[in-house]
Amino acid sequence: MTVIAAATNENLAHISNVLVYSAMAVYTLAFLAHITEWVLGSRSKVGRTAAALTPAAQEKVTARSAVPAVQVRTEGGATAVLDRPKVVTRSAAGARDVPDGPGAAGGDEQGDLYGRIAVSLTTLAFLLAAGAVVARALSVQRAPWGNMFEFSLTFSTVAVGTYLGFLFARKNIRWLGLPLVTTVLLDLGVATTWLYTESDQLVPALDSYWLWIHVSTAIFCGAVFYIGAVATVLYLFKDRYEAKAARGEKAGAFMRSVMERLPSAASFDKLAYRVNAAVFPLWTFTIIAGAIWAGDAWGRYWNWDPKEVWSFITWVAYACYLHARATVGWKGRKAAYLALAAFGCWLFNYYGVNIFVNGLHSYAGVE
Amino acid sequence: MSDTRHRPELAEENLSTAPSEERADTVSLPALGVVGWIRWFWRQLTSMRVALILLFLLSLAAVPGSLIPQNNVDDTKVRAFMERHETLGPLYDKLQLFDVYSSVWFSAIYILLFVSLVGCILPRTWQFTGQLRSRPPGAPKRLTRLPAYATWRTTATPDEAREAALRMLRKRRFRAHVAGDAVAAEKGYLREAGNLLFHVALIVMLLAFASGQLYRSEGGKLVVEGEGHGFANTLTQYDDFRSGSLFGVEDLEPFSFELKKFTGTYEPSGPQRGTPRTFEADITYAEGDGPEKKAVVRVNEPLKVGDSKVYLISHGYAPVITVRDARGKVVLSEPVPLLPIDANVTSTGVVKVMDGYRNKDGKKEQLGFPAFFVPTFAGKGQGQMFSEFPGLVFPALNLSAYHGDLRVDSGVPQNVYQLDTSKMKPYKDGSGDIFKKTLLPGETMTLPDGQGSITFEKEIREWAGFQISQQPGNGWALVGSVAAVLGLTGSLFVQRRRVWVRAAAGEDGVTVVELAGLGRSESAKLPEELAVLAAELHDVAPSAPETEPEPDPDQAVPAEGAKQ
Ligand code: HEM
Repeated sequence: MTVIAAATNENLAHISNVLVYSAMAVYTLAFLAHITEWVLGSRSKVGRTAAALTPAAQEKVTARSAVPAVQVRTEGGATAVLDRPKVVTRSAAGARDVPDGPGAAGGDEQGDLYGRIAVSLTTLAFLLAAGAVVARALSVQRAPWGNMFEFSLTFSTVAVGTYLGFLFARKNIRWLGLPLVTTVLLDLGVATTWLYTESDQLVPALDSYWLWIHVSTAIFCGAVFYIGAVATVLYLFKDRYEAKAARGEKAGAFMRSVMERLPSAASFDKLAYRVNAAVFPLWTFTIIAGAIWAGDAWGRYWNWDPKEVWSFITWVAYACYLHARATVGWKGRKAAYLALAAFGCWLFNYYGVNIFVNGLHSYAGVE
Repeated sequence: MSDTRHRPELAEENLSTAPSEERADTVSLPALGVVGWIRWFWRQLTSMRVALILLFLLSLAAVPGSLIPQNNVDDTKVRAFMERHETLGPLYDKLQLFDVYSSVWFSAIYILLFVSLVGCILPRTWQFTGQLRSRPPGAPKRLTRLPAYATWRTTATPDEAREAALRMLRKRRFRAHVAGDAVAAEKGYLREAGNLLFHVALIVMLLAFASGQLYRSEGGKLVVEGEGHGFANTLTQYDDFRSGSLFGVEDLEPFSFELKKFTGTYEPSGPQRGTPRTFEADITYAEGDGPEKKAVVRVNEPLKVGDSKVYLISHGYAPVITVRDARGKVVLSEPVPLLPIDANVTSTGVVKVMDGYRNKDGKKEQLGFPAFFVPTFAGKGQGQMFSEFPGLVFPALNLSAYHGDLRVDSGVPQNVYQLDTSKMKPYKDGSGDIFKKTLLPGETMTLPDGQGSITFEKEIREWAGFQISQQPGNGWALVGSVAAVLGLTGSLFVQRRRVWVRAAAGEDGVTVVELAGLGRSESAKLPEELAVLAAELHDVAPSAPETEPEPDPDQAVPAEGAKQ
């Protein structure tokens, strides 16, 4: 009986591994499609001439008209579309008013086609990776987050899932495709080579339903923080570029071609803030759930174990960032650096602490 | 109408209770005088900038504690570190780097931070209650300057339009009132309330944490399976005991328990062979003089008795040993717990015979048998005697023997798992080496010269190490953290915003309706919300027929253009 069970488990683990490798292959194709999208986009008008950001164009766009799809009902119940009141929006004084770029394809039709192909491939790879996570979970008959291999696999899958969710909600986020797929490939490469651990059950200390709660939210927060960090990095680049353009300096042709197709610095900044602020309460909850679990497992809810310390540091760093956003003289670039430092803390907590520091959380499965 | 109301920036007044800030380059130094300085210092301490810096310092200060071994986590590592680094060790010790989280400098940062926090919350709460009692500020003169704006000419009279706007805004739970020719409305106070709740919750959590540290008690107890080896929760029964500085012995919860059976299972094969799979302690316990109850304690599932929790934290083996003296009289027959020294539960300890033993000459003596136990023996001639597997597969016990004075009465506290050989002599074998033997269950080792014997019985019991902790304030810490999450959620997801609706007769006598909105930060939601409001109001105050060209909403602003 147990022998049969062990055999099916091994089969499932094997299926999981095959799925991971297939996902990596499809991610690679998605990566190539994204590259093609960017290359083809460079021959578009925006890509070639960088028209959008010339000072003349900029002056015209001091206010934008928001015409949300509001239907105004007339007496008869029919909807009149004639003179519906328009809402005019205006940016805060002093803000640069740069419109978002058209995206990697830059309006080039073929480029756009490749972009769509890339997204479809990413979706396929995501499904394969999600299948791998499920197969792994079935093979070990527990939450598939018992070691760093499983953690990395789930982490990248959730990050891609979040990205696809944003796309599905029609958010302007396809620019994330290339950096995301690149890092996901890196992450899976590291996971399958250095972090690989045979599928197995957990040591009793890790076997608790708090595992599901604490670790799943931790992974989700990490994935979303990662998206926030990418947006922050791009904000810093784009902001520098826009500042240069506003001063009338010209960047190199390649730089212009890429930057013009990306969203505006303000959009990146806004997205980064929203994403970070939105998961911050969840991160807080993650730490609390961890503390409750620790209280059950080790007799003390807070023991200053290295993992706890770095969760705390990450939390305080994000709190710093949120404070900085509300503090005169710290908005913008300085706050962005804080956000990156905070994400760095999260990364260190994930890789650094597991590998370099020994603590009670020694579940890394890498010796 | 006063002049100041016409400046649009005043519309933003009090949209938040964040402390107003001076920029770093305009910080004015106070006029001389102690009071001036104190006031200056207080204002600095409770500013956002200093809160930011203190938070940053706090995260920085927490780092060394994760890289340098800490006394409260693992003091053996600290000692090892001290031995390895002869110059660095004492320096670290002076800098309190082995006790980061209770060090003076770490405490200083968080105490300052919490003083700052209290100093920040009090005025903000005060200000916020003021805002709750007062009404939203009146409309600025030029609504076109606000971040979101809409206008049309309507057939309704200004009064009708205002009435309709007031009704509509109130229905949407804005706080709204008519001020002059406009309706002023505000919504999203929950943001501020949530923010304050969050910061107050931080204080609650800190106090709970502090009281938990001060009143905490924590102790360990090793309990062997079977009757008569139980534990009663009094100070003398603990193997080791620590408590916070305000803890009193009378605070110990009265209860007792016995270990009926300990079950440990391990991965039998594969690359993770030997990895523990289950640890379970079946116990019976009683509260005070109450009836006996059954319970199972697992690694993640402590037993809760009142304020105390009993955790299962370790386990090991206690082989049953029988010692007979020279005349064959049994002088010891009991399970002897041995301490594991590796993951495969290779264990060491000492069998001590305190009294009752008489040697061949009829003299009283004490005996000590250093013991080395493996639950799974590799077999004779397999080099060192280390266990191959944590489960009981092929147990073996290696013993040597000493006689003399155990010095248990010397007044020096003794470790029961170590032998003090200063007043003892080893038995020697024929060739003059220390007398030593490896036994399998049921085997007996006879001491030289008929001095008695020691038997490794077939029965091998297990023991479990329990930690009994009491930490008041846990409830408050939990309440505080739940409140913190709720407050944060309100604070980060609720938008606080103001809406003004002005309705006045234009130059040609036709009513002009103007809507404008202002949020705390630029937000995509605000124009959307304003559009919905405009559409709804438009139902009640429809557009007037176009007689003249529509009035330009704002000369400086072309309405059409860019993106949505
Ligand atoms: C224990 C230290 C503190 C922590 C962990 C902390 C954490 C936070 C967090 C996470 C936020 C974001 C929530 C939000 O934006 O509403 C926040 C906001 C805020 N905090 Fe703190 N805080 C601390 C101390 C302080 C102090 C000392 C002050 C007063 C100077 C302060 C004033 C504020 C204000 C005014 C906001 C609102 C900012 C805004 O609405 O954009 N905080 N705090």
